[in-house]
Order: sequence, then structure tokens, then C-alpha cells
Amino acid sequence: MLQLYGVGVGSRLLLGTARYSSPAVLTEAVRASRTEIVTVSLRRESGGERSGQAFWALIRELNVRVLPNTAGCHSVKEAVTTAHMAREVFGTPWIKLEVIGEDDTLQPDVFGLTEAARILCAEGFEVFPYTTEDLVVAERLLAAGCRVLMPWGAPIGSGRGLNNLFGLRTLRAHFAGVALIIDAGLGVPSHAAQALETGCDAVLVNTAVAQAGNPVLMAAAFAQAVEAGRTAYEAGAIEARDFASPSTPVVGTAFLR
Amino acid sequence: MRVTVIGAGVAGLTCALELAERGASVEVLERSSGLAAAGCSWFSGGMLAPWCELESSTPLVTQLGAESIPWWAARFPGTVTRGTLVVAHGRDVAELKQFARRTGEFQELDREQLGALEPELGGRFSRALYFPREGHLDPRAALRALVQRLEELGVSVRFGVDASAAMLAGRAVIDCTGLAARTALPDLRGVKGEMLLLGLPELALRRPVRVLHPRLPVYVVPRGDGVYMVGASMIESDEGTRISARSMLELLSAAYALHPAFGEAQVLEIGTGVRAAFPDNLPRIRRVGEALYVNGLYRHGFLLAPALARRAAQTLLDGQHFAEVTDEDSRQRRLA
Repeated sequence: MLQLYGVGVGSRLLLGTARYSSPAVLTEAVRASRTEIVTVSLRRESGGERSGQAFWALIRELNVRVLPNTAGCHSVKEAVTTAHMAREVFGTPWIKLEVIGEDDTLQPDVFGLTEAARILCAEGFEVFPYTTEDLVVAERLLAAGCRVLMPWGAPIGSGRGLNNLFGLRTLRAHFAGVALIIDAGLGVPSHAAQALETGCDAVLVNTAVAQAGNPVLMAAAFAQAVEAGRTAYEAGAIEARDFASPSTPVVGTAFLR
Repeated sequence: MRVTVIGAGVAGLTCALELAERGASVEVLERSSGLAAAGCSWFSGGMLAPWCELESSTPLVTQLGAESIPWWAARFPGTVTRGTLVVAHGRDVAELKQFARRTGEFQELDREQLGALEPELGGRFSRALYFPREGHLDPRAALRALVQRLEELGVSVRFGVDASAAMLAGRAVIDCTGLAARTALPDLRGVKGEMLLLGLPELALRRPVRVLHPRLPVYVVPRGDGVYMVGASMIESDEGTRISARSMLELLSAAYALHPAFGEAQVLEIGTGVRAAFPDNLPRIRRVGEALYVNGLYRHGFLLAPALARRAAQTLLDGQHFAEVTDEDSRQRRLA
């Protein structure tokens, strides 16, 4: 079973809660995905002490673990403040740490990210950093105290899949004991299956489900893909070859003419 | 039949008018001191865009919304039916494709066709979607016109009267008080919206324009006389007083990106209101005790109010049942 900061997690699919057409659709999608963890953006939905209570109540009714995030934060200070707010609202030390460095690609600011991770880990947070596939950055994040890494597949919401499979394989090979969760950029279930086949531990999906024609069906499809990918990883795939390798030996086949 | 309608937002006033037109003796009671303070209708965009709404709603919204355009046109002369436009900037063109796939009843325009239809946008976008059957109106003028028409029919609209269905036991009541009805309708929630009114007499947009963007979709609605409404944010919150700098930045940037002339516009007003919504964001007519509640119009107040008002009036006066909007037993209608 996948362990995230000492918590055993049955499903390897994490679901974001933004951009659904209604909370009712979100609820059904969460059920169909069989996820055990949803991410919630504190920033946009907050505003005052009392505000947003109805939405939080809906999230709590989902009966899944909440991973609050710092989506939309552009500086270390903003991200740290949002993490503090999230801990208060949700009563969890978990925080998905996002420090955005560039608005067009929503690429993480890896310098700010490592700094914020260091501060939050020292304060007892259990940090899930949204990062690139950069190996050295990953090392710094682990040195800062992170025990989970969330490298991107592609820019947030782009639906392009795993842009740098080689980089992700390298991460996997270097940090065998660290939970790797592909965050961002997946578009279709086959992308998720590929991530799991490659040995990533889980994937986080939001836009690909929320903005699908039928989010509930798409959530179910991602659940199947993640299961297939993980099972394939455990089964062990064959190596790709340049030439055909007949499954029936040629030697010994009968001469028909 | 004597009926009391509580709430003078778009839902309450349309219900009152439907009842009065059917011969009922109606009074409207509104807690606040005037139309401007009577809930979120005052800050509405006033788009009548049932086919655009297919992008993120169910066909029910389109079906109910399609009824509203002739309803408004027959009762409010300011109803404009020149269609609506949807555009996206070059790098967000995937959004336009997705929008086209989810909606219907539109024509695809190229650069020249867009320029011919809406000269101010000529040359600014290479593709657009044109929804010719859609319309828009100025919500504030429309609300005033409804009040005037009600008074002509002998209906008194009384402001500053705090009433509730419970206080009026024994009388026929339709409660249209939005989020204030939460005690009776506990599954309601608030979705805050922020908007802007800009004055820009030199720009002559003739119809509403939606600018698609993966994170910040915004629409601009011409109100006539060089006034434009820019809206609207969607924040899961029932706190309706604060307006964030971020929201204003986003709305203004989107307007400026639609047309740079908006950089010179005068900011006439910044407004905010809280829409009432049920968990599936669909409207309801619900009977609680003796009272009928019309609520959960979400961001579709002017679009859905006429269809709901018609059904509420027929429910109350003729005992009819409209399964598509009435839920008396199940709290949450199953999704289509």
C-alpha cells in the first residue's frame, strides 16, 4: 500500500476539486474516481471567517482526506501564509506546496519552492511540493524535509501528458524510496496509466476530469487506468525490441509446402 | 386568490407578474429599502444566453432559458436580441474549440465576418462563435420596468417590510429571498460574484462578448450609452461585501485584452452580490409547509426567472406539477 507521511492510501488517484460545473458533479466524480485524497485550493474560495463554509461542508461530506494546496501563490511568504490558513481550516499538517514562477506556463518557481518547503517542514508541516522533474531540485526538496515529491507531467491544465518521460524515469531511479506523485498536465487516462507503469506511485488529476464532457465517467476511466498502470508495473513489462520476437518458435514448425 | 410574494429580486418580481397576469391578487414584500439593495439581481450581467450556458450547465438551463427571451421581449422593450459573441485570444484557441463542442445554435465566424458583425472587434480575433438567437438586457432597467408594470396591474411592491413564510402562515406565499431562505432550504449555498461598470462612450459594442480563458473567463455586456458591465467572478463564499483587488485586476485585464480602449474607460461602479445555489447549481420550486420557494437560480437569474415564475404561478393557482424543477421529496435531484 502506498504510504504518504505514514498514512496508508488505497487509491493511487488524487483528485482536484476546482472547475467542476457544480458541487454535485464534483461529489459524483469523487465517488466514481474512488479516490481517498482530494486537493482543495484555499486561496480562491476563502475571504472571511464565515465565508465558504457551505463549500467546506460539501468537501467534508465527501469523507476523503483533504490535501489543501497553495495554488496561485507567487511568493514564499504568500505560500507560507496560505499553508498556515489551510492548517487552521482543515486541521491537517498536509500541504501541497505550489509557488508559481511564471504565469503562462504556471511553472513552479523551484527556488521559492525549496525555500518555502524548508520553512514549512521546520514548522512541522508534511509538504507535498509541486515541482519540475529536475533531479537537483528534487534533492534540495528532500534535504528540506519533504518525503513526497510531486513532479509535473506537463504544465497545469495543458492535458499534454508526460512531457519528459526520461526525466521522470531518472527521478524514479534516483529516489527509490520516495513517493512520486505526478501532478499536473495529464489529459487522458492513458497518460495516467503510463505514469504508473513507469513506477510513479500515484497521479493527481483535476482539469482532465473537471472539464471533461462527462466528468463522472472520466473520473471512473482514470480510476481504471491508474489501477491498470500500477498492476502492469507490479507485473513487470517486457523490454521494447527493434525486431519482431515471435511468441511461437520458428524452429520446429511444420513445412506446409 | 390572494398571494404574497416575498423578495423583490428578479425571481420575486417575475413570479408576482406571472400571478398578477393570471388574475391573482398579489402583494410583494421586500426586506430592503429599494431595488438596489434587494439581493444579487441588481449586479447581474443580464445576459440571456441559454445556448452558451450549455458549456457548463445541463440542458435544463437551456430549455428553461430559451423560454425567457420572448418573455422578456414581450414585457420589457429594452430587451436586445442581437445575439452574443464568444471569442478567445490566439493562444487560448483550444478553449474556443471546447466551447464549440459543448454548445450549439451558433455560427462560426472568421476575422472578416466578425468585423462585419461587430466592427469594434474587427481584426482583433481570427475566430469567433456567434449565437444569433441569444439576447441581453439591462437588469436594473428591467427590474424597474417590472415594478412599474406590477403597479399598473394594481400590485403593491412594499420595501422595508421584513416578512417570512412562517410569519404569514395561513396565506398563500411564494418565497423568493435567495440566500436569506437558507433556514428553510438548508442545502442552499452562496457563490459570490464581483462586477464592474465601466463608462466608455467612444466604444460601440452592440452585443455581449465572452472572452474565454482557461482560468479567467470574463464577459462584457453593453448597457447602452457607452456603459459596459464586466463580470463576473465565481467564488464559493457567502460573504458579499468585500471586493478583492485580484478580482478587479482580472476583470479589468480581460476587458483591456478584449479591446485596449477599455484602458481609458471610467470606472463607474464596483459591485458584488451573492448568488444562491443548490448543490447541482440548478433551480428549484420547493414546497416547505404551506409556502412555495423559488430559489437556486445561481448565476442565471434573468435567464431562468421567467420560466420558473410561470411554473410557480401554475403550481400555485392551478395545482400543476413540473417535475423538471419541483422537488418536494428528494433533497438533491439526480444528475441528468
